[in-house]
Amino acid sequence: MIIDNSDVILSVRNLTADVGGTPILKGLNLEIKAGEIHAIMGPNGSGKSTFSKVLAGHPAYTVTGGEVIYKGQNLLELEPEERSRSGVFLAFQYPLEIPGVSNLDFLRVSCNSKRQHEGLEELDAFDFDDLVRERLDVVKMDPAFLDRSVNEGFSGGEKKRNEILQMALLEPTLAILDETDSGLDIDALKIVANGVNQLAKPDNATLMITHYQRLLDYIVPDFVHVMAEGKILTTGGKELAQELEAKGYDWVKQEEVAV
Amino acid sequence: MTVEVNPEAVAPSLSAVQDRQAYLNHLLAQRPSLTGLSEVRDSALSIVQERGLPSNRDEDWRFTDLSGLYKTSFAAPTAASLSLEEIDAFILADAPVRLVFVNGFFAPDLSAVDNLPAGLRVSTLANADSLAELGHQPGMTEVFTALNTASFADGAVLHIAKNQMVEAPIHLLYLTTGDTPIITSPRGLVVAEANSAATLIEEYVAVKAESYFTNAVTEVCLGQNAQIHHHRIQREAKTAFHIGTTAVSQDRDSRYALTSLSLGGQMSRHNPVVVPTAEQTDTTLNGLTLAVDQQVADTHSDLSFTGPHCTAQQLHKCIVDNRARAVFNGRVFVPKLAQQTNASQLSRNLLLSAKARVDTKPQLEIIADDVKCAHGATVSQLDDEEVFYLQSRGLDRNSACDLLVEGFAAEIIEKLPIAEQRQTLLNAVLSQIR
Repeated sequence: MIIDNSDVILSVRNLTADVGGTPILKGLNLEIKAGEIHAIMGPNGSGKSTFSKVLAGHPAYTVTGGEVIYKGQNLLELEPEERSRSGVFLAFQYPLEIPGVSNLDFLRVSCNSKRQHEGLEELDAFDFDDLVRERLDVVKMDPAFLDRSVNEGFSGGEKKRNEILQMALLEPTLAILDETDSGLDIDALKIVANGVNQLAKPDNATLMITHYQRLLDYIVPDFVHVMAEGKILTTGGKELAQELEAKGYDWVKQEEVAV
Repeated sequence: MTVEVNPEAVAPSLSAVQDRQAYLNHLLAQRPSLTGLSEVRDSALSIVQERGLPSNRDEDWRFTDLSGLYKTSFAAPTAASLSLEEIDAFILADAPVRLVFVNGFFAPDLSAVDNLPAGLRVSTLANADSLAELGHQPGMTEVFTALNTASFADGAVLHIAKNQMVEAPIHLLYLTTGDTPIITSPRGLVVAEANSAATLIEEYVAVKAESYFTNAVTEVCLGQNAQIHHHRIQREAKTAFHIGTTAVSQDRDSRYALTSLSLGGQMSRHNPVVVPTAEQTDTTLNGLTLAVDQQVADTHSDLSFTGPHCTAQQLHKCIVDNRARAVFNGRVFVPKLAQQTNASQLSRNLLLSAKARVDTKPQLEIIADDVKCAHGATVSQLDDEEVFYLQSRGLDRNSACDLLVEGFAAEIIEKLPIAEQRQTLLNAVLSQIR
């Protein structure tokens, strides 16, 4: 939803980043305002996932230039956990399995670390249990998954739902979904998309990273950006995604060359 | 049977073989004299004298240096009294039957042996009516095991009658206390008759004691179709020495599951020795070792099948931090007559510092040709991707690492039957790696 004069949540200026000495991001610019849903599309290897990891603070990526201002502060100065607590949430493309750590305990620790940051009282096991059961409904998740180890033995779809459940509990200001649609069957995709739509509010923003148009049928973006070779080449509305679906990515790159 | 303590203590100061011989004499001089059971004790004493103490030239002690032990002199154990308040932290409300031994001597005031459930007989070695099984389980010829047999002052005897199922866990609590370094020889005998079932928690702890040597032996004898869940928790003082053997025999169709935790001791060693003596038995061995600072913690398990159609699963985990060292040597022997054996063995190790070290040696010796056996070992550090995943959910790096270590340890600790104790032990693990 595009709202006139809404606050800028994320402002990325000329961002460059390396992984292991290899430049991946090569001057990326992006601005996201409250209430907006953005999609970044692009072929494999264009730097989409790197961008999401850089925003979340993954230590394997080194920012070599540019700036990222999130809610008026320099995001790049913050540790990954500080970014999370201040409202940046990355739904992982491949959520990790953590054997021996109960999903419920993990969710509670995570939720309470954010509450503590916000000066709220931590929730005890009983209050948290009530909250999490209410939020399970966002992704139609079976409560039995709470008692299992984090993502252990979950199917691809279950892992993605668990990510959206975490998002429902942490209520981020900026939700970054890294290929949340990959590996999902159509029913799981609808459930995940429906969950994301329920969580999108006028005071937060969503950034989806995908290379398929399919997800955008369910989560309708306000802006679609096409990324290739470490930067955003072109930006348009939701119809740009359909054009990409029909023509592929090459025409964007060619137009860039022509410009 | 009466017990007397020989107070004579001789500190050795020689070297090499003579040194060990002198040290053995020193240890033997600390034996409380005990009348009765003389045949079992005499034969154990001759094993000890014939074998002598090992050095790291012995294959079984290659990775675990005993010289620290051999440099320390210990006095004979003396009976000491503790109050219930002093041992309050170790009392488990959900284990109503409790036998407490202080410095190897039975402490009736601290124990809870009234109102026993049907089918459970409890006594001490000093007043047991039958000790036919004592000293007859496998592994009795190992030198420290034999030293225990030649040296114990008293011990716990549990007898679960035929067809009886004892629901609540039975707690065997072995405490060491006092300012003087002493050697104690805790001893236990558990006999589960046919079709019986019980759960044991065997625990070794210190109360206001620092340097001492616990040389423990527990024998478990399972009758046909008997079931024992055995949980052994070694959380001695960080400066203590602990060597212990768990010797188990399993009759036909019996099921034995051991969860063993080693958290304490500057040098500790546990030898689970299991021999299924008939067919269709099931054995589960789960272990967790935590070694930090300069600790050395060794586990040598030995599972030898003697009949067909048996199953066994073993998972041993080590968490090693700082300059500590852990050893795992797990032997599974499948002879020709053990056809249709289904056994798996896995050693998983987490090293938390660059100086930490683990020596792991899972060993499957298979002679039978129709078996399903698998084994493996992994050694890893904390996974950076897992740490990042947790940080991205708001946990700081230390909490993320704690949660991952907790997860690694919990897989074993969660097998303990009492929730309160599980939490205590998880906290104990975390407090040591912080």
